[in-house]
Amino acid sequence: MNAILFPIPDANILDKRDQIIAGLAQIVPFENLITTLDERRAFETDALTAYRRMPLAVVLPRNTQEVSDILTFCHAHGVKVVARGAGTSLAGGAIPLEDSVVVGVAKMNGVLDVNFADRTMKVQAGITNLAISGHIADNGFFYAPDPSSQLACTIGGNIAMNSGGAHCLKYGVTVNNIFGVKMVLMDGTIVDIGGDTMDAGGLDFLGLVVGSEGQLGIVTEATVRILRSAEGARPVLFGFEGVEAAAACVAAIIGEGIIPVAMEFMDKIAIEICEAFAHAGYPMDCDALLIIEVEGSEIEMDAQLARIVAIAKQHGVKVVRASQSAMEAAAIWKGRKSAFGATGRVADYICMDGTVPTSQLSYVLKRTHEIVRGYGLRVANVFHAGDGNMHPLIMYNVNDSAEQAKAESAGNDILKLCVDVGGCLTGEHGVGIEKRDLMRHQFSNIDLAQQRRVVGAFDPLGLLNPGKVFPLDM
Amino acid sequence: MQTFTPATEADAADIIRLATAPLQIEGAGTKSALGRPCVGDVLRSTGLSGITLYEPSEMVISARAGTPLADITDTIAAKGQMLPFEPMDFSQLLGTVDQIEGRRATVGGMAACNLSGPRRIQSGAARDSILGLRFINGAGEIVKTGGRVMKNVTGLDLVKINCGAFGTLGFLSEVTIKLLPIPQKAVTFVIKGLEDAEAVGVLATALGSPFEISGAAHLPFGLGRNISRTLMRLENFEASITYRIDQLRKLFGAHKDINVLEGEDSVRLWRGIRDVEFIAKPQANIIWKISCAPSNGPKIMAELRALGGTHYYDWGGGLVWLSLEAPHAEVVRAAAARFGGYATLIRAPETVRAQIPVFPPESVPLTALTRSVKASFDPRGILNFGRMVEGI
Repeated sequence: MNAILFPIPDANILDKRDQIIAGLAQIVPFENLITTLDERRAFETDALTAYRRMPLAVVLPRNTQEVSDILTFCHAHGVKVVARGAGTSLAGGAIPLEDSVVVGVAKMNGVLDVNFADRTMKVQAGITNLAISGHIADNGFFYAPDPSSQLACTIGGNIAMNSGGAHCLKYGVTVNNIFGVKMVLMDGTIVDIGGDTMDAGGLDFLGLVVGSEGQLGIVTEATVRILRSAEGARPVLFGFEGVEAAAACVAAIIGEGIIPVAMEFMDKIAIEICEAFAHAGYPMDCDALLIIEVEGSEIEMDAQLARIVAIAKQHGVKVVRASQSAMEAAAIWKGRKSAFGATGRVADYICMDGTVPTSQLSYVLKRTHEIVRGYGLRVANVFHAGDGNMHPLIMYNVNDSAEQAKAESAGNDILKLCVDVGGCLTGEHGVGIEKRDLMRHQFSNIDLAQQRRVVGAFDPLGLLNPGKVFPLDM
Repeated sequence: MQTFTPATEADAADIIRLATAPLQIEGAGTKSALGRPCVGDVLRSTGLSGITLYEPSEMVISARAGTPLADITDTIAAKGQMLPFEPMDFSQLLGTVDQIEGRRATVGGMAACNLSGPRRIQSGAARDSILGLRFINGAGEIVKTGGRVMKNVTGLDLVKINCGAFGTLGFLSEVTIKLLPIPQKAVTFVIKGLEDAEAVGVLATALGSPFEISGAAHLPFGLGRNISRTLMRLENFEASITYRIDQLRKLFGAHKDINVLEGEDSVRLWRGIRDVEFIAKPQANIIWKISCAPSNGPKIMAELRALGGTHYYDWGGGLVWLSLEAPHAEVVRAAAARFGGYATLIRAPETVRAQIPVFPPESVPLTALTRSVKASFDPRGILNFGRMVEGI
């Protein structure tokens, strides 16, 4: 009895499955077309594992032309298409439909060009986020957006969802770090948008495509901005007695005109879970922990930290612990970045992703605990405090359908609260199916209809990733 | 021709809904000479004025579209904050200063033109800092998109497509912008006497260093001085600036003629680069803006040398400002295109802007998308019809 509905599959399409597979087999080699039940099972869900749907088939094209041929074929036969990177969406953005073909970009994972002089890199859509930075790390460069799933998630998926990460307080999210894409429209047309320049002239289609959740086209290549790494980086732990003091400290740091490269927040439950997993040396006797990272030369880091520590002291900080070595720094980040995985070892959970104005942080944290407690459940909070992007992890038992319903209701209540205090439903995970039915809480029908018409300008038949983002009655 | 200056968003929506012919969408009109000429009654946003939200501790401001940009920059400067993208003032370049006495550039016009100055290389364009918009589409419906928080992926983002759409998709009524703290100190590291290609190489080295260059420009021989100047701006707290100047001296020790500008000397220089002051005169000349990969800037200019004219580079070489006596559109566009660049006509007489595409011509599929996206916002072609592309 799952709460989120899927569109009713088109019986005509289901009946034509054999024909559709035969058509796809004309386009890609045998080994790139997945049709058996066992093999398709790997693609029936993403990281929103409570929901799953078995697609008609999965195709793994090797190049842009094959993507174009697949979409041309599906367009001609009215077959829905769901694009897939690594399937790490927490919002169900890559969950298939039963009458859809999944087009996975995982086989297209190469680096096409690196240009250090112009600080750009051209990659295929299936390359992982971490592999981009890995490819240029020896030259002292990196690609900035760093979602927690960066080991697995693809740049194609990052573009679809406009992914963020811990370090976007300073460096921006995906849309601020992409110069151009090659994209295939639903009718098979290949378009080049942007390029390797900072401005292109004409309408900013790039700003429309990034974050469009796979509904405008399938991106096959991207030109990304790469940056020179700072001379050094130092994460520092700040432990507080009260949640309010930590939240007020965040607001004060920003109010003072200091923008650290990252400011991450953990509450007591999150500290316990992450410390048990990563042994990062998090202080266990605190109610709230901030991980604040500064970067630059030793002189610069010392100067910036001195100012931050002074502000933290004004807010009654109990523990200040700087990393003394690269290993300690890595452990501090390992604990934070494995927060979702570590929580998953303790309980099943759903992860919310609302953003709130930073002045509202402590109020929203307090209400979050009250809401979840009201449903008789537990919640761990670990999130990007500098930009107000919250990630309450609501723990429940996936095999208890009543408890799942409670967890989803609690999550919905929290997201509505985020909107009500001036924030939004999702800061970096996307709407997918998960937040689809809450969209009317943030947007009017006129707002949503305008968004829908723009999607229609790219995909008039509505075949690309349908049933996502917009309420089903639209 | 009639001019409407509605006092409320609802009145503006009524005017658009009831319109039966195209309207020219304007703020104060300081940039009305940008883009293709278009016709119709004028709908101005200047009646919609005032800051609606300012939270310094959240680094965010909202204002009605007709609010003078200077009111916003003054208000936030009083709290030690600034617009990250350093928008230019085009009124000198376009010669609109005298014509529109008493009217000042608006925040809506800034957003609609996606104005972004030297700090673009570090902090992005206007579209990267604009968090939310309210606008009226061509059917007269009031639409909101984005919000007031900096991380927001809720629904299809219509903010960026409206930034730089020159009022062709919506009449902007309110703009919300992310701000940055004004750095404690700003200085400019100058190397003199470099040729274009050499200078852009130096800028690439600086921009590829960890020293966070926030402005990277090259003024060739003859622009203000009888020696070329290659400029690198550092903006940060005092201790960092001192350290980084030392590091740049080590990095570029081989160059003899180096100096560092501080205070008003540095500020004035970047204002001139931002506002295209160095090549604004003679006023009769055509002005092109060429966007390209930085290392291609000097290559494109080498091909255009025969045309004469004057030019300089911003964005590390990725933005070339070029002044010519005649448009030479085909030659300029071909040279830019050969290196993957785009040439936009920024200043030209109305007759020229009516004949030559102002924005770089797009591929067939992109033109088709421009048409369908325009129709999705403005099916009747009411808003600034033909301002960007003829017939769209």
